[in-house]
Amino acid sequence: MARVLVGVKRVIDYAVKIRVKPDKSGVVTDGVKHSMNPFDEIAVEEAVRMKEKKLASEVIAVSCGPAQSQETLRTALAMGADRAIHIEVAGAEYETMQPIHVAKILAKLSKDEKADIVIVGKQAIDDDSNQTAQMTAALLDWPQGTFASKVEKTDSGLTITREIDGGLETIKTKIPAVISADLRLNEPRYATLPNIMKAKKKPLKKMTAKDLGVDLTSRIKIISVEDPPVRQAGSIVPDVDTLIAKLKEGGHI
Amino acid sequence: MINSLTPFVTYIKNFKILNQVRCASQVLPQLSSEKYNVKRKSFGIIEASDVDYFKTVLSEDRVLTDDNDVLPFNIDWIKNCRGQSKLVLKPKTTQEVSTILKYCNQKRLAVCPQGGNTGLVGGSVPVFDEIVLSFILMNKIISLDEISGALICEAGCILENLDNYVREHNLIMPLDLGAKGSCHIGGNISTNAGGLRLLRYGNLHGSVLGVEAVKADGTVIDCLKSLKKDNTGYHLKHLFIGSEGTLGLVTKVAIHCPALPKAVSVGFFGVENFENILRLYASAKSSLGEILSAFEMADNDSISSTVKNLKIPNPISDYPFYVLLETHGSDETHDSEKLTRFLEKEMESGLIIDGTVTSDPAKMQTIWNLRENIAGAGLIEGYIFKYDVSLPLRSYYNLVPLLRQRLGTKASRVYGYGHVGDGNIHINVVVPKYSQEASSLLEPYIFEEVSKLKGSISAEHGVGFRKPHFIHYSKDANALQLMQQLKQLMDPNGILNPYKVLPEI
Repeated sequence: MARVLVGVKRVIDYAVKIRVKPDKSGVVTDGVKHSMNPFDEIAVEEAVRMKEKKLASEVIAVSCGPAQSQETLRTALAMGADRAIHIEVAGAEYETMQPIHVAKILAKLSKDEKADIVIVGKQAIDDDSNQTAQMTAALLDWPQGTFASKVEKTDSGLTITREIDGGLETIKTKIPAVISADLRLNEPRYATLPNIMKAKKKPLKKMTAKDLGVDLTSRIKIISVEDPPVRQAGSIVPDVDTLIAKLKEGGHI
Repeated sequence: MINSLTPFVTYIKNFKILNQVRCASQVLPQLSSEKYNVKRKSFGIIEASDVDYFKTVLSEDRVLTDDNDVLPFNIDWIKNCRGQSKLVLKPKTTQEVSTILKYCNQKRLAVCPQGGNTGLVGGSVPVFDEIVLSFILMNKIISLDEISGALICEAGCILENLDNYVREHNLIMPLDLGAKGSCHIGGNISTNAGGLRLLRYGNLHGSVLGVEAVKADGTVIDCLKSLKKDNTGYHLKHLFIGSEGTLGLVTKVAIHCPALPKAVSVGFFGVENFENILRLYASAKSSLGEILSAFEMADNDSISSTVKNLKIPNPISDYPFYVLLETHGSDETHDSEKLTRFLEKEMESGLIIDGTVTSDPAKMQTIWNLRENIAGAGLIEGYIFKYDVSLPLRSYYNLVPLLRQRLGTKASRVYGYGHVGDGNIHINVVVPKYSQEASSLLEPYIFEEVSKLKGSISAEHGVGFRKPHFIHYSKDANALQLMQQLKQLMDPNGILNPYKVLPEI
């Protein structure tokens, strides 16, 4: 049976309105409600289902980030992960942390923990990078099944259905492998009360990137974060002729 | 990212879409006057010269006379009532409302004020040819005092827009209800709407600081103070709170907004029986104290019909009863400690069989969404008789099994849900099609039972058009007489929202 490593990121909750900091260095995160990246929730759900189907022996949740990331890990534990590893990254270092750093951490942990399958969300809804799964697979030199909407265990490995432009692609991979979860892979469960209580007692190990020998030196510099342009107000025209005239005037027809 | 997340958001929007689809596909409801056998009173009849006059008061585009334009204003959202109005006016200012009413009063033209038209007792739609006075364009926010929390705005502001606005300033609206996306604050006040957080933030008689209203003769009554204390003379603002537009039309509102809670949690639990819900409520009050902001219940039929008909997922398994509990507090650690202790205790005691609890805004929204959509869920299965009653907590759920027995196979579902914390239950009786037979089995039976239990036949929906002839089950003759005298004093010609609230003498 396989051991599954799941990456979970703490992001601003998708129901919260995002505000850009006045100095345009980033977005406001202080006092803003955070929760688990929705795609990572799908990844956790898939791992837990593998365990319930006796395809996996153990599910380990990993999160890189500030102290509060432990809350995200507790959520993963309440959903059914067996234990958690928190890689504490705080302050300026966290602000410039990139998928390459996370991928290096996940790759190193996969080896240390003898994981057979790594599942992460296809992207985080805060930076939309969509790189971690691919980079992790490359660093480990494992096959990858990204944008997975269905994962089935076969004798020799995994059959993964991928969501691609205009359709679905089915691929077969050997194990070990890296999977990234797409939206339709499953519907994540709500943690039940007994499991929420149990999660408080499950093991959560704290580590640093340094412990894993991963250098977090930044390779990028954020120059400016801007609000999207405000949508311009529409206007009501009295008849079709005026509409056509306006469209012509604007060069649309 | 936005595209990929669309399905998440779609859950939440689904309800509105369904509603639109239904509007487009269904036949028109029967005329209220025929369905309920009402006679037109001797009001004036609108003539072309009246319409011309209104066009001089308002710009032409704010005077609707085309049948297709007027139709939506004639029908209530549960498709129970249909009026025959031929004229809709959309004033933008108090002065315009005053001018219109002064003219109508002189000509004895009846007027039906309308906000978001989300009422459940037919109070917001005309019965005959009353002029619909829509507040849809009176939607400006006038001021917000961030320190006192006093918000002043026009009556046609949509509740959800106000809530979004005050949230930017770390405040929230003191009321919240399922219809928040459409209902107007003026309508909320005119009907003394209750909603989901009354338990914590109280009734509108407490949180409304002042109102500006226009009397039937066009006189503007300015009680728009934003003071918490003002004991100068009679408290006139209360006459306009809950009088459903029969004593005057609310044009502006001053309302107290409490502080935006920094920590919010929502729990959704399965419970074995109603007795246990009461025990759980008592325990929640003592264990959670000041942070308890909502305590709602729903029976199995309420939730399962919502899950089935509206495809909204139920986050937990199937249970005989459900409780939704919400906390609002100022410190996440403090609240979560309290909540954890409470949950551990009541899981142990067995009052909570199972459930879930979350502080993620998106998840909390999904749970609330399930609760809020119960109201509309039965519409897909046929016609709903809706009752909104207050009962002593001991007898809170008694009527549901009684009605199930009484209607037998004539009803496809009878279910109850509501605000346990306020002693207010909503009872919905779903029948395949409206029939006089089902109606006469229900009414006045249900009101008699409520009266016997010393409850109120209308807790928060009001009396409107549907219940004036049942009001005596909750108010005695002397009280009703005083109401008639007030009406006579403030609207001697009876032009404001006729056929509503008070019974014919």
